[in-house]
Amino acid sequence: MVRKLLGSVREYKTPTYLTLVFIVGEAIIETLIPFITANLVNNIRTGIDMNNLVKTGILLVVLAVVSLLFGGAAGFSSSKAASGFAKNLRKDMMTKVQKYSFKNIDKFSSASLVTRLTTDVTNVQMSYMMIIRTAIRSPLMLIFSVTMAFIMGGALSAAFVVVIPVLAVGLILVAKNAMPAFRSVFKKYDKLNESIEENVRAMRVVKGFSREEYEKEKFGNAAGDICKDFTKAERIVALNNPIMNFCMYFNMVFVLFVGSKMAITSQGVKLDVGQISAMLTYGMMVLMSLMMLSFIYVMVTISAESVKRIVEVLDEEPSLSNPENPVMEVKDGSIEFTDVNFKYSSEAKKYALFDIDLKIESGMTVGIIGTTGSSKSSLVQLIPRLYDVSSGSVKVGGRDVREYDIKTLRDSVAMVLQKNIIFSGTIAENLRWGNKEASDEDLKEACKIACADEFIDNFPDGYETKIEQGGTNVSGGQKQRLCIARALLKKPKILILDDSTSAVDTKTDAKIREGFRTYIPETTKIIIAQRIASVMDADMIIVMDNGKISAAGTHKELLETSSIYKEVYEQQTNGGDEDERN
Amino acid sequence: MKETNEKMPPKGGKMGRPAPNVNIFKTIFRVIGLLLKAYPGLLIFISISILISAVAAAVPDVLIQKIVAIIETWISTGNWQEAVKEITPLIILLIVLYAVTLAAITAYTQLGAILTQGFLNKMRRQMFDKMQNLPIKFFDTNKHGDIMSYYTNDIDALRQLISQSLPTILRAGAVVLAVLGIMLYFSVWMTIVLLAGVVVMVIVSGKVGGGSAKYFIRQQKSIGRTEGFVQEMMNGQKVVKVFNHEEECMEDFDKLNEELCNDCYKAHSYANVLGPIIQNIGNILYVIMAMAGGIFMITSIKNVSLSGMAFGISIVVPFLNMTKQFTGNVNQLSQQINSIVMGAAGAARIFELMDSEPEVDEGYVTLVNAVIDENGNVTESETHTGQWAWKHPHGDGTLTYTPLQGDVRLTEVDFEYEEGKRVLNNISVYAEPGQEVAFVGATGAGKTTITNLINRYYDIADGKIRYDGININKIKKSDLRRSLGIVLQETNLFTGSVMENIRYGKLDATDEECIEAAKLTGADDFITRLPEGYNTILSGNGANLSQGQRQLIAIARAAVADPPVMILDEATSSIDTRTEAIVQRGMDKLMEGRTVFVIAHRLSTVKNSDVIMVLDHGEIIEKGNHEKLIADKGTYYQLYTGAFELE
Repeated sequence: MVRKLLGSVREYKTPTYLTLVFIVGEAIIETLIPFITANLVNNIRTGIDMNNLVKTGILLVVLAVVSLLFGGAAGFSSSKAASGFAKNLRKDMMTKVQKYSFKNIDKFSSASLVTRLTTDVTNVQMSYMMIIRTAIRSPLMLIFSVTMAFIMGGALSAAFVVVIPVLAVGLILVAKNAMPAFRSVFKKYDKLNESIEENVRAMRVVKGFSREEYEKEKFGNAAGDICKDFTKAERIVALNNPIMNFCMYFNMVFVLFVGSKMAITSQGVKLDVGQISAMLTYGMMVLMSLMMLSFIYVMVTISAESVKRIVEVLDEEPSLSNPENPVMEVKDGSIEFTDVNFKYSSEAKKYALFDIDLKIESGMTVGIIGTTGSSKSSLVQLIPRLYDVSSGSVKVGGRDVREYDIKTLRDSVAMVLQKNIIFSGTIAENLRWGNKEASDEDLKEACKIACADEFIDNFPDGYETKIEQGGTNVSGGQKQRLCIARALLKKPKILILDDSTSAVDTKTDAKIREGFRTYIPETTKIIIAQRIASVMDADMIIVMDNGKISAAGTHKELLETSSIYKEVYEQQTNGGDEDERN
Repeated sequence: MKETNEKMPPKGGKMGRPAPNVNIFKTIFRVIGLLLKAYPGLLIFISISILISAVAAAVPDVLIQKIVAIIETWISTGNWQEAVKEITPLIILLIVLYAVTLAAITAYTQLGAILTQGFLNKMRRQMFDKMQNLPIKFFDTNKHGDIMSYYTNDIDALRQLISQSLPTILRAGAVVLAVLGIMLYFSVWMTIVLLAGVVVMVIVSGKVGGGSAKYFIRQQKSIGRTEGFVQEMMNGQKVVKVFNHEEECMEDFDKLNEELCNDCYKAHSYANVLGPIIQNIGNILYVIMAMAGGIFMITSIKNVSLSGMAFGISIVVPFLNMTKQFTGNVNQLSQQINSIVMGAAGAARIFELMDSEPEVDEGYVTLVNAVIDENGNVTESETHTGQWAWKHPHGDGTLTYTPLQGDVRLTEVDFEYEEGKRVLNNISVYAEPGQEVAFVGATGAGKTTITNLINRYYDIADGKIRYDGININKIKKSDLRRSLGIVLQETNLFTGSVMENIRYGKLDATDEECIEAAKLTGADDFITRLPEGYNTILSGNGANLSQGQRQLIAIARAAVADPPVMILDEATSSIDTRTEAIVQRGMDKLMEGRTVFVIAHRLSTVKNSDVIMVLDHGEIIEKGNHEKLIADKGTYYQLYTGAFELE
């Protein structure tokens, strides 16, 4: 998993290795400096030789400057390596997501993809920087100081045999216990924040029912519960400090007492005063580097979760791929469904579509009607191969959709999705999604057919009007018409509108359909609608019910043959007729 | 689309959370004050423990020096028997000191965790409580993400401040002061040299730290931009696919990604470099002190000190040790700069929320259970009677009771969200008990705004609104709202069971009452078909339900409250005809026998209203029943025949 992730380091391997080199340099000097300072102190103790003092001083300053240079360089290169690694990770994930099919997209919620691309990558970035800065340094320091201690202290370093395992076990125990505690409390904490968000969103309901006190109590209980868990988890972590200090103090006392006995009884042969002070210093260093290692351990465990989530995105195999030797041209706008069965995932129990047989000739206008959940959208999404059938086949222009180059197919089949989105940017920029090279004239023409020209011209900035994120500055009906114009600009052979005029008034709706007839007679048009009026004049109307085609035919035929169609028709028309009768 | 959004004062941009003008000291003192108030004993005990641990940590150095000196004296003789007599008391003292330190450290880290979490919990609750009392305007003018930030980012910053920065400042500060005292005791000159060096250190770390802060802010903005882009693209990923727009999307992303990488690089570089700089300035300072000591000793400048000692080894050697300790602690202090600034900014924002003006309620007319006899006399009742009355105390000390009926009148009402931008102009609407009033008009005409005024989400600028003849400003808000039921166009459900969601309308409703309400409004049918029936747990605003089903629950929720006046804001989103018919039947049931204000987005639903108000740009341009308005052949007629777009 980690190896997969590290594949994204790429060109930032160099700064990574440089960091390691710089850190080693810095660490070596850092261990030298205490020697020189000890020298300095001795120099002063033994009577001041200014000459010698200046020499040692200059050496120390030079070392400090070199250490500073190494440290600074490591600071720069490590942040370069980590930010670059993060950049590549984001890029790789984004590239992968672009390759996802609808099926893959359905698997991850968009909110979770956003978190993976931002928060999770930041976590990994921070750990990476941390690791390359300390992962070499701490073990290096540990080995160095333990070796030195054994060389200098001899039997005295026996203290480490006791202290190091105690500390290591202590720190690991703390980390082991704290991690799950934190993980569970963070989950609860997320839930708490979700409930706050829910409260903020529903504030009109809260106030409308005068439920302020009730909400306070509800929140108070949940928050108090979390406070308890949080305190427990933090108290476990807080044990780190006393454990560390206990080991340090134990080491001090041991070295001082046993050391002084050894030194005095052997009259300085086995151990001298300098060695005792050195042992104290190295003892500190050993413990410090152990502390750092335990810190790394915690960091790594925390970011392991993020790593997992990132690798999930990178490992996801796109469920659709281009065939070998793809067909690069769509001949015409004819569509044929043969024995199509379809379900969204292989684990799903229920088929979304079954036994679909359907033939649509090029240039026809087809209406589709049916209740929510009757799989109208599922049916049309198979045409531009947004999903693959589970069995059977879908043909466009006489060839199975799986034989086409996906890009070619989707260029010829324009689809206005039900959950429609326009992006931040100008209206013209949004329209040019349909065709990058479209001239201003092309834009105007498409907008004319989609009946969007009037309101665009009414905006002070016309086609250069900025759309805000989420398209909040245009109304639902305007948004739908923009989306239709955007699809028209592709000059498709097949145009699919998935409930795309629900917020447009009936008159404009009729005008748009009229425009289709006049300007794009060759294009096959498939219109999903709630309003019977939107499909009444189609060449063929399909009534969907529970994943099946329940009936198909013209308006007239269906009024005779389909009870569902008749019921919906009557429901929608009795209002208007009533007036005339009265 | 939510009509209210359009005319609201503009919301802040994505990064639109300006740090309030922070006075760091004032803010931090306020935090400390609050801590002291919340946990006086604990805070003092923790502070003392920290001080003990700081002092106790400094003393062992002296003992170690003494032990080393003893070893030096006895090492040539090799007489351990004698030496041990001198060493043992020192070792025992050392062990005692360590034990005290260890106890102090354990105490303040353990109690610190309790204090921090307890305090954060208090703050969270106080913020939440405060937030419940803020006017709707606050929620309409602040992005939800920004409000959430109070509970996430700001609380986090505060946590950092309390659990890390403040203890470090206390401990390191105490050590710095103690060491400074000892240094002055030894030598004023040497102290001055050291302080000069420390000043340089502080200036440099301030500069580098400031640079790092600058780039961190830039990085934050960059992250915001990238996140915004990613969010938009992830939401629109299906559109991207349908339009083969993958490559263009990658190009835009690459640019943002590159920028973010650069900003990250700079911010972290500065932060990374700070450590080595401070540490090595410390090393150099050490050399300078050694030199200075040497020079002072050789040139035999007269020492100025509290002790009156002359320059000598006995001054210079301990001084060098103290230099290390001093710079080490100054370093620790300087590393807290960033988190102190951030913690103070977070705390300041939290205080800003807690200090903001709550919704004022000067109402004194209350809703009480009543008994109304056959002569129409009203008497207050302690118990639930099913009848309600307004209890109206007057200036002269008398009380009157008015039966709750549901008569609502707006007279010449003007309203503006922002000064000078009038949204409603001279609106007069009379609704008698049991009448149905419908509002019709284009997006932004002011339909939703009117209902915002009736239940006093906002207060009118001019004119009068009376409920059962009482000016609604005199009615206690919670009682006014209790007498008004609402079903909003955007359905909001809470995490919890279906039953709990319905009971939200009336907290003491029995299960039977809730089911009754669901049956009345036609929701019972689908609820009983849910896997767990009424006990099905909803989450994420009822994400597992369809739009129509969510609406049915919201309608049942209003029904169980059973208020005499209802405000129904129809949903705009398209639901299929069958479900719509069920929802409509539910609404109709709910309207029976009540005064109803309907905000209509589909004309089919308002035809039977007693009065239809056609709104345009905040004014009523037509009013009357359906037949009259059709006969008039005005705007309503055009809307109805489909010549105009309603939304």
